[in-house]
Amino acid sequence: MTRTETGPPPAVAPATAVEPGPRGEPPAWARLARRLVEANVAVVTVLALFTALVIGAILITATTPSVLHAWSQVGSAPGHAFYVTGATIGDAYGAIFTGSVISPSALGHAISTGRGWTGAFNPISETLVKAAPLILAGLGVALGFSTGVFNIGAQGQLIAGAIAALYVGFAVHLPIGIHLPLVVLGGAAGGAVAGFIPGILKARTGAHEVIVTIMLNYVFLDLLTYLLTSRPFQQPGQSNAISRTMPATARLPHLFGSTLRANLGFVIALAAALAVAWFARRSTLGFSFRVIGANQRAGRTAGMDVRRVTVLVLVISGALAGLAGTVTLSGTDFFLSTGYGGNIGFDAITVALLGRNRPLGVVLGSLLFAALDVGGASMQVATGIPIDLSSVIQATIVFCIATPMLVRELYRLREAGGGSIQLFMKGWSS
Amino acid sequence: MRLELAGITKRFGSLVANDGVDLVVEPGEIHCLLGENGAGKTTLMNVLFGLLRHDAGEIRVDGETVEFADPGDAVRRGIGMVHQHFMLVPVFTVAENVVLGFEPTRRAGFLDRRRARADVARLSAEFGLEVEPDAVVESLPVGIQQRVEILKALQRDAQLLILDEPTAVLTPQEIQALFGIMRSLAAAGRSILFITHKLKEVMAVADRITVMRLGRVVGTARPEETNEADLAAMMVGRSVELVVRKAPARPGRDVLELSGLTVVDERGVTVVDHVDLRVRAGEIVALAGVQGNGQTELAEAITGLRPVTSGSVRVDGLDLTNATPRQVIRAGVAHVPEDRQGDGLVSGMTIAENLILDVYDQRPYARLGSLDLGEVRRQAERKLVDFDIRAASPTVPVGTLSGGNQQKVVVARELSRPVKLLVASQPTRGLDVGSIEYVHRRIVEERDAGAAVLIVSSELDEVLALGDRIAVMFRGRITGVVAPGTGRERIGLLMAGMEEADLPPSAEGEDGAVTALDLT
Ligand SMILES: Nc1ncnc2c1ncn2[C@@H]1O[C@H](COP(=O)(O)OP(=O)(O)OP(=O)(O)O)[C@@H](O)[C@H]1O
Ligand SMILES: [Mg+2]
Repeated sequence: MTRTETGPPPAVAPATAVEPGPRGEPPAWARLARRLVEANVAVVTVLALFTALVIGAILITATTPSVLHAWSQVGSAPGHAFYVTGATIGDAYGAIFTGSVISPSALGHAISTGRGWTGAFNPISETLVKAAPLILAGLGVALGFSTGVFNIGAQGQLIAGAIAALYVGFAVHLPIGIHLPLVVLGGAAGGAVAGFIPGILKARTGAHEVIVTIMLNYVFLDLLTYLLTSRPFQQPGQSNAISRTMPATARLPHLFGSTLRANLGFVIALAAALAVAWFARRSTLGFSFRVIGANQRAGRTAGMDVRRVTVLVLVISGALAGLAGTVTLSGTDFFLSTGYGGNIGFDAITVALLGRNRPLGVVLGSLLFAALDVGGASMQVATGIPIDLSSVIQATIVFCIATPMLVRELYRLREAGGGSIQLFMKGWSS
Repeated sequence: MRLELAGITKRFGSLVANDGVDLVVEPGEIHCLLGENGAGKTTLMNVLFGLLRHDAGEIRVDGETVEFADPGDAVRRGIGMVHQHFMLVPVFTVAENVVLGFEPTRRAGFLDRRRARADVARLSAEFGLEVEPDAVVESLPVGIQQRVEILKALQRDAQLLILDEPTAVLTPQEIQALFGIMRSLAAAGRSILFITHKLKEVMAVADRITVMRLGRVVGTARPEETNEADLAAMMVGRSVELVVRKAPARPGRDVLELSGLTVVDERGVTVVDHVDLRVRAGEIVALAGVQGNGQTELAEAITGLRPVTSGSVRVDGLDLTNATPRQVIRAGVAHVPEDRQGDGLVSGMTIAENLILDVYDQRPYARLGSLDLGEVRRQAERKLVDFDIRAASPTVPVGTLSGGNQQKVVVARELSRPVKLLVASQPTRGLDVGSIEYVHRRIVEERDAGAAVLIVSSELDEVLALGDRIAVMFRGRITGVVAPGTGRERIGLLMAGMEEADLPPSAEGEDGAVTALDLT
């Protein structure tokens, strides 16, 4: 037998990591560079954003008449064509920013004159208003996704929550300190009930939650339409499909004075994000959610009750969507009408994806989405570029995030060893 | 093909999985790679097959330095790999699987099935790999599925075949057949890199042996110059007890009582057929049998994972027939499942989290519905040391551990709460000799502490070494319960379906208390 002892004989069985040997260790800068190219989550997200902005810029160039005109005369004035293009793109993105965050000129005006503060801060206030329900519903969807339950019914649960909140709002009369918390709880309970239905159907009969939740969206939408024309929900003396309004004691207080619409709903959303983060990381129930989301068979073998978890996930997810409906109702709208909630329940799915099912990610993703919505409207007013550009940017971001392979190929990123992007659609078919 | 690896180094963060590894495989050679769990064997093979990028070193094929960006490159250079977990499409036929990715097509892009079938037939005949080209893969036993994997590599004209722990899931007959195939491939000039933990197999089939430890090559040998004990010592770095030392069992009360237990599976097949079995406190009953004769289903029925059709399961007097897994666990039953990756672990979660999978909601890990993460981590650190689990820290995902270390995590979890009954299916599958020694010792300790132990194992050596009584299962029925002194032939006959009553009386006494047996 030949023993080829290379170097010192390794010590017997240290249970921990082998220290990196001095030989062949790459220098610090090389390791740093490597880490940067390795496609971790943050880098992919930033690059997705960047890609979306580039595609948006191309679209602006290709569709704005003044830019096209400048390019048609590029032979005589090449510099002008570039100037017009740059200026138009800059104006458009500038308008999105000033329309959704803050307008420097309005702010300057307010500082110098001492008036017009509302105008200066209105953009960011509107963004917060739009983001709050997205965060809440997005958290619910994300919690479901990470447990392997695909709740596509946030829209219906949101409506159910809003109906319940409205009922608690007009049916009881209490001082605001008691009434408002009851309204919020009622909204959450309404959403929870709406989530319980697909949950129990899946646990008991194996019905696929995707189909059931999608169908329940229509059920709640039509239920709302029915209630809006019947007692006791319909506004008395009205023949239109309009509900009663929330009394003052059932409305969420404003955060920054009565002229800005930003309200307690955003604080509720942030609190919910913290609660969900705690729940997923630190609670025993959240632990079982994560286990079952990652490997249902291992969870079952370890004695976890998969059916119970399925029901609970949908109940909690529904409650969060119900809260989303409550904060729009009690924060800004104060009454219900047909088609209530717009697209929030579906944008919530996008936001959960964008935030990679993490609470902080959902908050940031919602703020970005809300800003693009709010800013897009201002851009249309200021520059005439249609608001659809915002939708295109939103869609491109989501597209890039959903297909990290694409971004990696595009920017020649190397796959990271650990913490790389996990395929989130895992479990869809089960 | 002559393969040369020179100074291959691969790091995962601060962990050096391969540290300047040199290895030469000559044409027509069966080269065995031995090494304890986590030594870096799979990592080295993944580097060679283009699945991982090495940080330093060179790969040379027939003297020429090569760079593999992905497995496609490796395949083009004549390297084939059969992974431990097969990568076949279950609903495709053998022929379709073999040509997948390199499909012979006719005009208009139609798959040329006739040529695919002919390819399979030609390769099968050439190397003695018998398979039915039109069989659907999911209907085949693992041994045959493995042949399909080998055929796949051969169809792409592999000159060097990597087999990573191919024998772990095979029956003894299938292993012999595989060795035949390996020898005929070597005779045809193809090289084989073969990884296993079973020293007997190494001695039987290898032309040359390379031993790795802690990421380095610590020695090479030829089988005729060495022996199993030396190899084990070189691998683990100390001398290893290749036998299980245990005092004669002192059985107490009945703990597990199965009476008339019958399980009909989802296809309507009776997989467990009126089984009566008792396991007493302080004894180990080993359930022997060729895989697929109902042992797995029996273990699952006891642990609440599979519905019992008729009959009953009692543990310590408590009726657990069709109880939930949770009730079974709370009754003091520990379960090491056969499929660790599917049933035992959540590969994306950390080692610490995996260690509390079945006690996460109990003290000291939980209080009032919230986890005590500090305690979870502290306990995990202790278990890494206690069970010699090789990992950078308790917070790395369990999926990054080597196969053997993953198994130790499962065993560590199951043996760290009070146990009345331990049901362990293939408890040492994929473990190195040192770890097998350790796990066997822990199982014997559980027995001596008064637990009843039911071991399900398709390793006859393990069955003979551990069992105080040996129950043999065939087609869902117990064909006999014998003492460990019983000869291998007799047990072999029972495993083949002969009833105990039909066999001639055995020469050994039933009390032939054998306390030490070769387990390699
Ligand atoms: N993707 C990864 N990330 C981090 N560490 C890893 C990764 N893959 C392997 N390792 C580590 O590298 C070491 C070598 O692992 P490897 O799988 O090569 O061992 P092995 O020799 O095949 O062991 P076994 O016989 O148990 O299969 C182990 O300590 C393992 O934890
Ligand atoms: Mg391995």
